[in-house]
Amino acid sequence: MLFLLAAHAGFAAVLPRWQRRIGRTVWIVAALVPLAVVAWASTRAARVLEGGEYRESLSWAPSLGLTVDLRLDALSLLMLWIVAGVGGLVLLYCRYYVERDAGSRAALLVAFAGAMAGLVLADNLFVLYVFWELTTVASFLLIQGRGEKDEERRAARQALLVTAAGGLVMLLGFVVLGEAAGTYRISEILADPPRGGAVPAAVVLVLIGAFAKSAQMPLHGWLPAAMVAPTPVSAYLHAAAMVKAGVYLVARLAPALAETGPWRPMVLGVGLTTMVLAAWRALRATDLKLLLAYGTVSELGLLVALLGAGTRTTAIAGTVMLLAHAAFKAALFLTVGILDHQAGTRDIRELSGMGRRMPALFAAAALATASMAGLPPLVGYLGKEAYAEAFLHGTELPVHGLLTVVLLTGSALTVAYAVRFLHGAFGGRPGEVAERAERPEPGFVAPVAVLAGAGLVLGLGYGATAAVANAYAGVYPPGPHGPYELSLWHGFTAVLGLSALTLVLGCVLHVLLGRRVRAVPRLPEVQRVFDRVVASVNRLAVTVARRTQAGSLPLYLTVLLATVVVVPGAALVSEVPSLGSPQPWWSPVEPFLAVVVLTAAAAVVFTRHRLTGILLAGAVGYAVAGVFLVRGAPDLALTQFLVETMTLVVVALVLRRMPARFSPGRTVNRMRSVRLVVAGAAGVLVTCFTLVASAARTEPPVSEGYAHHTSETGAYNIVNAIVVDFRALDTLGEIAVVLVAAVGTVSLVRVGGRDGAKASGGAEDSGAAGDPSGAGNTGETDAGGGRPRGRFPTARWDEPVQTWLPGAGERPGGERSVLLEVATRLLFPSILVLSLFLLFSGHYRPGGGFAGGLVAGQAFVLRYLVGGRADLGAAVRVSASAVAGAGLLLAAGVALLPLLLGGAPLEGTVLTFRPPVLGEVKLATSLFFDIGVYLLVIGATLQLLSAVGVSLSLDGTASDGPTAAGDDEEEDAKKEGSPR
Amino acid sequence: MNRIDVTMSLVVGGLFAIGFHLMLQRSLMRIVLGFVLLGHGTNLLLLVAGGTPGRSPVLDGEHGDATGTADPLPQAMALTSIVITFGLTAFLVALAYRSWRLSGHDEVRDDVEDRRIGTVRERDDTEPAPEPDRSTRVTTPGGDR
Repeated sequence: MLFLLAAHAGFAAVLPRWQRRIGRTVWIVAALVPLAVVAWASTRAARVLEGGEYRESLSWAPSLGLTVDLRLDALSLLMLWIVAGVGGLVLLYCRYYVERDAGSRAALLVAFAGAMAGLVLADNLFVLYVFWELTTVASFLLIQGRGEKDEERRAARQALLVTAAGGLVMLLGFVVLGEAAGTYRISEILADPPRGGAVPAAVVLVLIGAFAKSAQMPLHGWLPAAMVAPTPVSAYLHAAAMVKAGVYLVARLAPALAETGPWRPMVLGVGLTTMVLAAWRALRATDLKLLLAYGTVSELGLLVALLGAGTRTTAIAGTVMLLAHAAFKAALFLTVGILDHQAGTRDIRELSGMGRRMPALFAAAALATASMAGLPPLVGYLGKEAYAEAFLHGTELPVHGLLTVVLLTGSALTVAYAVRFLHGAFGGRPGEVAERAERPEPGFVAPVAVLAGAGLVLGLGYGATAAVANAYAGVYPPGPHGPYELSLWHGFTAVLGLSALTLVLGCVLHVLLGRRVRAVPRLPEVQRVFDRVVASVNRLAVTVARRTQAGSLPLYLTVLLATVVVVPGAALVSEVPSLGSPQPWWSPVEPFLAVVVLTAAAAVVFTRHRLTGILLAGAVGYAVAGVFLVRGAPDLALTQFLVETMTLVVVALVLRRMPARFSPGRTVNRMRSVRLVVAGAAGVLVTCFTLVASAARTEPPVSEGYAHHTSETGAYNIVNAIVVDFRALDTLGEIAVVLVAAVGTVSLVRVGGRDGAKASGGAEDSGAAGDPSGAGNTGETDAGGGRPRGRFPTARWDEPVQTWLPGAGERPGGERSVLLEVATRLLFPSILVLSLFLLFSGHYRPGGGFAGGLVAGQAFVLRYLVGGRADLGAAVRVSASAVAGAGLLLAAGVALLPLLLGGAPLEGTVLTFRPPVLGEVKLATSLFFDIGVYLLVIGATLQLLSAVGVSLSLDGTASDGPTAAGDDEEEDAKKEGSPR
Repeated sequence: MNRIDVTMSLVVGGLFAIGFHLMLQRSLMRIVLGFVLLGHGTNLLLLVAGGTPGRSPVLDGEHGDATGTADPLPQAMALTSIVITFGLTAFLVALAYRSWRLSGHDEVRDDVEDRRIGTVRERDDTEPAPEPDRSTRVTTPGGDR
């Protein structure tokens, strides 16, 4: 079974490609797949019809309980025959019909056939749902076609919306049903049906989905609209296969759920109402296809009622009608397709005399119509006898007398529109249209003849039909009159009389109405209801957007914050947590630091200068680091100090290009007070939350276990062990984020800088005119002129070593400080050694890759600040991205290496060496991970430095900002541009 | 039952309030500063929520004995958070710079496009239909409508 489904998918994938090579033969190739399914199903038929079944299962995600369960039983077999049989014939027919997009249409039809086969084989509610929606999507694509016509798009959209919305409702029902039953396997639900509780609600939800799919009133509007699709598509999807999915679901679940409260009233009420009203609508139609579409809706109503009623005789009747309907309705649709194709119209008022023009087609269509009307000895007659019997004598059904009357009314109307169809399509004197029409090729008519003939064969060979029907209906106990036997002749019974009566009534009705179709009273139109619903949803969306999309970021944030305050705040208040006894502070230093933090933070609000703002924020950061230190987190304190310094450097380097003061605000006073209130409320909420959280711990921390496992990592510093070993995956993600942020910063600063600015912003570029010549004149022609972007200026080692820092000579003399240069020269190697020490000792003492990398980064910052960009280039002669990338690669490599050695990812070990002199040396493999982190942090720092330092100062040379503050850095840049 | 940490709760709440207040303004640079302060507040919150402070979680040559130390797990989380905050701060500053380069100011102006969405009353859904398709030759269904 899985293989067959895969074959559908595979063929669907390759057919468009083959179509270019083999042309129309593609349809024959495509038809092979469903025909193979028919053959396969037939080989399994003997065992299945005796009550056996075939199962297959594919474990997809067993831990989530997701398995693809497939099961072939009698009902699945019947549906598989219908789906694949009609599918094969329709594909063969398409060879003569479809002229455009053959490859993609064939692929879609095959894919649809596969989805439908999966749907009827599924033994799991979720698998069924997935295939169910796949058929919806296939239907959407097939109706839409190329989507050139507004009508096609609208019909496709309507079909998608209605059936997918129904599918979602159904999914909800499935979940309720599955939870009530404790299993999602359909066979288990059938074996032990859930009762009571939420099951009636599940029944209603599932039935709504089934009704939407099977076009039951009032959700039927999409089916007639879908008739804009090419006729073979209509014949297959919207008559034989897809719309049967809902019927199938009803038939599948009826044995388990028919006794549940709302089931019978819904299926009988909706089904029979749909049957009568849609048949009535069919009488008004002048378009043959539309007539058949309403006929289909009507028949589907009958099928829902029969298969849902849940008695043995109705199940037999329903199964027979299911077969009969697939055969005759597909045949009739294909007939209309041929008429339309040959004559160019399918309007009853224009077609005339086609019967004489195309006698073979007429004969086949007549046979199919007779089956639809229920004439003996066709299979339609068998079904009609069975359902008349089921309802006339179905004493186990409520109000069966009334139901019989409604059923027979529907049946008479069916006869009437059947006669109307045949007469309208083929009757009348030969006219102009008939003269024009070419005779169809035999291969074109053959599928119609086969389908119509199937009706005859199934009727005459009623023994075989009965075997199939009984195999499904066997789950129900026989009624009070014993098991019903299908037969063409039961003797002169009341049922026979009723059957004849419907025929007479139908013919009389047709004669009475004649061609005066307008005499048939109109029924209310659901299409307008659908349009109105869609339009009002659109209006609602626009209204909501107008109310909520103000486009103001502060407003959005205010709303978000207010929500944060109200919702979690309400939860916090309603919980009324019991607080422990207050502890003013844990260390006497804390209140002092707290005052520093809060004062500096408050000062940030009032400052008007950007630089002051960032310095104050830095002060907050340093004080926070102090808090970390007194609370026993030296690793955090170290990292916080370093990061704060780095942040200050980076932000200050950017700020030198921006105005010193903030742009003057234009805030209204009302907004200002709202801001204050909201921020204050959020602050109060967070304070309360922190108070509660600080005392909320009731369980011992999970990290207690870590202390015992540190020996496995060879570490004494538990925080470092967590970072590089226990939770190394977090760290890996984190360093990736840092790298991405650094790359993003670089591109933000660089794009539109020197070269891009000319292309993007002309107005800003007034200063850029002198750029090319300026660059040409510089003393750094070798370094600056031909230097690829994104690299540091290379050092010139051929220069006499007369400076303390190799690149510092490029800075204008006025800016150089010998003292700083000497200090840097002396400190730089020491700082690097310190960074390495932090890196390697991180396992045992505070430190680690982050701290080490930041310290090393600050060594380079120092080189840049003192020696200028050329000196930085001299210090690091590999590209910053390479360093960062190497770090990430190393960390990821260390993470993945254990996989190759058969371990888990990120697994670490401690290796012990005994070199001769040093004694015992322990080496944890996680050290290499930490080295990766170290390299990445250095690389990211260098990237940031190259962006906000080097690029920005070049940026300043090229084009000054509109109101660039004339700070010294700019002078520096100008001087750099002058020859030495 | 643990004891509630009054000073730190006030500090965290104060940092959040000031951070949010800055973020509610229109200057991108102020938003960045607000973000930095929020970052500090969050790191502290992580640490405070971890429980009672203690000795630093570094073992003295003895594996397994960790009584009286601070909880290392929130520390590791805060460590991660600090570094990421740094990366994002740099990114946001670059954004502010970019905005200033492009438009001469670093203010977050109202999004006019956002407002226009709401003013569209009705979209014109009718487009000129293309030539009828010969291969499928479909006439309009709904002749009875």
